[in-house]
Amino acid sequence: MKRVATVAAVLVALALAAGVAASTKHSPSGVEKAAGPNKLTVWVGWQARELNEFKSVVAEYDKAHPDVTVDVVGNINDDKITAAIRSGNAPDVVSSFTSANVGVYCGTGAWIDLAPFIAKSHINLSIFPKASLYYTQYKGKRCALPLLADVYGLYYNKTLFKKAGLTRPPKTFTELTAYAKKLTQRNPDGSLKVVGYDPVWTFYSGNAPDMSVYFPLFGAKYIDAKGDSILSKDPAWSRLLQWQKGLIDWYGYKNLVKFNTGAGQEFSASNAFETGKIAMLLDGEWRVAFIAAEHPELQYGTAPGPVDPAHPDLYGAGYINGTIIGIPKGGHNVDQAWDLVKYLTTNDHALAKFSNGIRNVPSTTSSSRSKELKPDAHFATFLRIFTNPHSGTTPITAAGNAYGTLISNFVNKWQAGHAKDLKSGLASLDKAIDDQLAQAEKGGGGPP
Amino acid sequence: MAQTPVIQAGASAPAFPALDRRRARRAAVWRRRRMVLLFMSPWIVGFSAFFGYPLVMSAYLSFTHYDLLSSPRWIGFANYRYLLTQDPLVWPAVKNTLWFIAVGVPLQVLFAFGIALMLTRAKWGLGFFRTVFYLPALAPPVAAVLGFVFLLNPATGPVNTILGKLGISGPLWFNDPAWSKPSLVILSIWTVGNTMIIFLAAVLDVPKHLYESAELDGAGPLRRLRWVTLPSVSPVILFSIILGVIQGLQYFTQALVASSVAAGSAVQGGDNPQTIGYPENSTLFYPVELYQEGFRFFHMGYASALAILLLVVSFAVTTIIVVNSRRWVHYGAAAR
Repeated sequence: MKRVATVAAVLVALALAAGVAASTKHSPSGVEKAAGPNKLTVWVGWQARELNEFKSVVAEYDKAHPDVTVDVVGNINDDKITAAIRSGNAPDVVSSFTSANVGVYCGTGAWIDLAPFIAKSHINLSIFPKASLYYTQYKGKRCALPLLADVYGLYYNKTLFKKAGLTRPPKTFTELTAYAKKLTQRNPDGSLKVVGYDPVWTFYSGNAPDMSVYFPLFGAKYIDAKGDSILSKDPAWSRLLQWQKGLIDWYGYKNLVKFNTGAGQEFSASNAFETGKIAMLLDGEWRVAFIAAEHPELQYGTAPGPVDPAHPDLYGAGYINGTIIGIPKGGHNVDQAWDLVKYLTTNDHALAKFSNGIRNVPSTTSSSRSKELKPDAHFATFLRIFTNPHSGTTPITAAGNAYGTLISNFVNKWQAGHAKDLKSGLASLDKAIDDQLAQAEKGGGGPP
Repeated sequence: MAQTPVIQAGASAPAFPALDRRRARRAAVWRRRRMVLLFMSPWIVGFSAFFGYPLVMSAYLSFTHYDLLSSPRWIGFANYRYLLTQDPLVWPAVKNTLWFIAVGVPLQVLFAFGIALMLTRAKWGLGFFRTVFYLPALAPPVAAVLGFVFLLNPATGPVNTILGKLGISGPLWFNDPAWSKPSLVILSIWTVGNTMIIFLAAVLDVPKHLYESAELDGAGPLRRLRWVTLPSVSPVILFSIILGVIQGLQYFTQALVASSVAAGSAVQGGDNPQTIGYPENSTLFYPVELYQEGFRFFHMGYASALAILLLVVSFAVTTIIVVNSRRWVHYGAAAR
């Protein structure tokens, strides 16, 4: 029995020793004091071709900075970022495609405050457009900077336009509806062959059911200055939803859903716009690169999205979003990490080179006018939308884009005809969003 | 002096051996307990680390505001208040989950039992059919869902194509709130192989003499099924129901993947929470809502409250089924 106890005690001691060894293994001191250049680890969401483009930008920095070697890790999502920060194994620099989560990253201090670094480096934040500045901070605490931007505009098929006798893209949603009806073709059995414009929420990124791509085109506001939801109080939302339902009813909801399920995956060569099954599409600037790679034969044009006929002055605006980059807490080599972040987000050459590589919009005003940018008429549209004063982004909250889920619930019912009373539906939605934000600690203020 | 030990021995002779024996017995009992504990220690460690600790922590976190990244902050019953009175997503999730259990579990048991009965009557190819009916259970859940979403695609799926040729306009399946849950139930019936194998073993285990006696008494096939087979396999039916209910309460992967794929999302649930529950929250099951709150919206304190409620409901439902089962479950049929 004593032997058994002794063996057990030895095993416990060994397990404890292993635990202690494992916990001390992650001590930062060993890493920081390593001989030679410091290794900076950067986590990004890009993969495959786009990751290689990012690596080529970083390689130039690496070459010019012999005191560091930069290791880029791709295919990272926010779950991995959160887990790494919680476990104390965060990389030196992180970037995220989900700018909506900046409220959590800044609010919790999971990404460190960049204000002291920005001040020390004498960076004037006016180099970034207002919308990009908004989605990289929370309650005034700036824990991120924009690293290229996504901008949404209208793509239209010139061949189909020509066949329908249309010569220019629509400028208002009234025009868009008329165009859509002209461009739509049906099969003998009544099913849809070519859809002029597909307005179903959830169909492709442009129809994200939080209505993010449409709100700048209607001049709508999600929340007021106090942070309260105002979907029922701002009449722009009702106009948007009534326009959308009107067009859906013209097609027939079931017809459209059936068409969408056979329309081809959004991020593939069978994308319905690329294959000519859809004549007009609201989409991000990245589609330019996809079309060039997958369907170079497609005759198409780009333009700002059409706007609410009640506000023609909004023409030229669009939804802006983008990748964010910052320094997680617990990262090593913070000063060197900042130097890299600064280079990637403010250096015109780096931004233009990366933009040329993945055809996202360079995120400073000066880089969006850089002569290094490869000229492309299709892409130039998005550069103009990016700097339009009416362009905007969605609210940043402590609960990320959770409010988008509530909006999605309602608008999906609305478009299917399962929510009859728009006014009371939007009022209930406001209450649900307010409750949700209160639960997640209300605050943050509305986007500019 | 020489007598002293004798006197001492004589005086204490009746008391000391009894004391020693008691001590020895106690020591033996403790030794045995220690030994039992030692042998049980791997399980105790595992249970404490992977069940006890998470359970206690979840209970604690359910009373906190916890966003995964900063320290939990005590907020009393606020999470439970929001859960029971304000959250617009939780009741649709509860309703969907109850619907799935009420409709899906009986159908799963019925089909598993039915297939097992048919297999016991197969004259030839028993092994082949057993394999064919069991195989779907081996399909990884994600692959199975992707396959079903493809099969039931309203525009290009073979099911609607065949229905169309028969002059029937097929439903929108995963894209219609009225059909999305039935589609998931069909998928769950397709993968009923595990339960079917257990039923098959139970049906084959029913003593032949019971059937012979019933037949001699003039019982036909239906009566033999009602009065011999069903009572004999009733413990397996109870087991299947409890398992089905617990799996129904934890239904997650299939719902998450089906909603994302049917909505046309390139990112399965991951960074696109707006497709979770598609269409119109009809596939928003309780565990999906729990996952969404905890990992997508960083409401881990609230998600913990949801988890505690799920635990309580699971326990209550299982208890109700077990208590009620005393009336219709017969143990030891084989012995009779």
